[in-house]
Amino acid sequence: MSVKTLPLVFINLGGEMLYILDQRLRATSTSEDNSEKVMNDIVGTLFSKTFMDELLKPQQLYSHRTLKTVLTRLAHASIMRLNPASMDRLYELTIMAFKYQVFRCPRPKDLLLISYSHIDTIRELVKDTSVVVNQVDETHRKIIEVYSSLSEGEFQLLRQTLLIFFQDMHVRVSLFLKNQIQNPDGRFALPTSGPVPHGIVVPGLIRVFDSKGREVRRSEFPAGGSYSSPVREGSFELHGDRVISLGMNMYVLGGTVKSTKGDGTPNPLAKEELNLLACLIGSLKAENMPRAEYGFRINLFTTDQEEEEEADGTSDGAEESMFGVINIQAMQDEQSAAELARITGQFAEEEEQHENPSGNKGDDLLAMMDDL
Amino acid sequence: MVMIFSSLRLTADHPLPFQQTAVFERELCKMYHKEKSIQIKNSASALYNNLSVLRIAPRRLTYFTVVHANVVNMVSASWDGLNYSHRQLQSKEPNVATSTSLIMQVAFCVLPSRDLLVVTSQKGIQIYESDGSIMVYWHALDTSDAPTAQAVFARGISAVWDNYICVGVSSGAILVFDVPSKGSNITLSEVLEEHKEPITDIASECSGSQECIADLVSADDGGNLCVWKSGKEFQLLNKIPGFDMSCSSVKLWKGIVVAGYGTGQIHLFEAVTGILHAEVNAHARWIYSLDIAPFSGLLLSAAEDSLVRVWHLTVTPETNSVEVAHLHNECVTDTQICGAKFCDGDGYAFAVTGYDLSEIIRYTQL
Repeated sequence: MSVKTLPLVFINLGGEMLYILDQRLRATSTSEDNSEKVMNDIVGTLFSKTFMDELLKPQQLYSHRTLKTVLTRLAHASIMRLNPASMDRLYELTIMAFKYQVFRCPRPKDLLLISYSHIDTIRELVKDTSVVVNQVDETHRKIIEVYSSLSEGEFQLLRQTLLIFFQDMHVRVSLFLKNQIQNPDGRFALPTSGPVPHGIVVPGLIRVFDSKGREVRRSEFPAGGSYSSPVREGSFELHGDRVISLGMNMYVLGGTVKSTKGDGTPNPLAKEELNLLACLIGSLKAENMPRAEYGFRINLFTTDQEEEEEADGTSDGAEESMFGVINIQAMQDEQSAAELARITGQFAEEEEQHENPSGNKGDDLLAMMDDL
Repeated sequence: MVMIFSSLRLTADHPLPFQQTAVFERELCKMYHKEKSIQIKNSASALYNNLSVLRIAPRRLTYFTVVHANVVNMVSASWDGLNYSHRQLQSKEPNVATSTSLIMQVAFCVLPSRDLLVVTSQKGIQIYESDGSIMVYWHALDTSDAPTAQAVFARGISAVWDNYICVGVSSGAILVFDVPSKGSNITLSEVLEEHKEPITDIASECSGSQECIADLVSADDGGNLCVWKSGKEFQLLNKIPGFDMSCSSVKLWKGIVVAGYGTGQIHLFEAVTGILHAEVNAHARWIYSLDIAPFSGLLLSAAEDSLVRVWHLTVTPETNSVEVAHLHNECVTDTQICGAKFCDGDGYAFAVTGYDLSEIIRYTQL
């Protein structure tokens, strides 16, 4: 359907990914230097001119497999390493967050405000590195230039394309369940109350006109909800108050992040690896790396045990031994590159069998990322 | 009043006289109740007008179609509620095994001689026999002319008069197909180029023997409406300009255009003159589907705000006036509705689909 989805997809999914990483980096007291480096590297790649130009070419939306591969490469543009299980979880969480934002988007055009909210927060995360901030600004200007002229109908087509992409995904996220924006069955809440979107009138009125256009009668009907007048419109400029809260960083308010399995039973993987989603030390062996360049490991997501303790209020700064960090095997650089090449090769084959016979939906992007 | 309702139920295909309409309006408390839903194989996609219904009285069956990405889910439901059979159609070019594309809309087209099922997608237009068993026609969309920056797709389907099926395209063009009374010799008769923005929906009235001044209306993403008279050469009777807001669903009834917009509003225009008769602030979000029960003048509207509303329209030709009365609301909790259709010409029952929902929800009058 829409051929303009990719830039917004990457800004929003990339943004959500960065929110989660930022929260986890803080929670695990990772050094400032390392945190900054991770953020700068990822943001620098995401907002690089070549990357964005590739995304801005009119093209169909990638498949989930391709998108996940590209986001993995993006995360690996930093010194941080994620194992496949971590990446799967991270992908699920970012997809569900974005699905929620697209679903609840008041007007299709507000997809831009959501994207700009993500860009605003990203800019904050890298504010100390002016080179990266400039890249963010440049990309933001480009996005404004390309998308400002789209009609509401085109935005709705874009939104419908995204909704089809997210269809049938009902991964439950503990933060969403806690805030009651998601129901226990994984479906998002849709209240019939609150302000109507900007440009929409509160339902309830029928007006009848004569042939000269004069109103001859008006009557009211019960709207079956409790709607109120719209709030002011958010800003579509480079800087400004976006007004709507979708797209803002939910994780800064102390919410921890965990995805739960659909049927509510504990993830068996979590039982085996108490630290389900450990990040890994950088891929090069110690002897090949200058000391200053050590990568680092972070706990991306809390363990079941940690969560229970939190709920019980008995958490006492658990020692390492309590949740026994288990290292999933470290991947060497060669291995990860080979792995990626294999994945790339694999999906390139698959893409040929896919509906889009052009089959290079993401190959170009990956190849280009190799050069970055 | 109860007696009158019973008699309406037994004979479903007669027009509702004016006096009984007044009775109808007083029964506001609870007009419809929820019936058992029909489960479908996949969930419905967030597309305008994503439900089509075909009532086959001689076989006591109703067909329902719902789009899920590149698949059409078809259910045949017996009236006694005991038998359901499912079929899935994929949108693809004939003889090309692997090409599928996203479907924009599916609709039954009822012509005097035959019923057909039309599937519109990014690649083209497929026409099947109404039970989905055989594809009788394929029309590929011309992708070479379109600037690559725009999406290409077909959307907007309607049968009109004796033998035409009209399908809209993202360029704004409307393809008119001439359909023989049987067989697959369907031909492209005309291309109407009046709209400049993607077509969203097309509707008609007065098929078969009835005479109407205007029998077709088309709507686009800018909210512009075109009113036509069908024939060997279609005639543009009127153009009603939009207000930069998509008209996602449109209906034509007794010479009145009923249009639903992304603003949640419904406008009623006199088709031939473009005079605005009424404006309803109907929904708090984008309207996705409108339907009219032609024998009773009931109007169904459904939107992303999770609400379905039933209205009653009265047209008085002598005074050239139109009345709109609100009758009923249904809320499908936490669901953005994408399709809503009456199951019969009186509006005795209606069905609803929602994004991410794998069922067709049904309501019938009490």
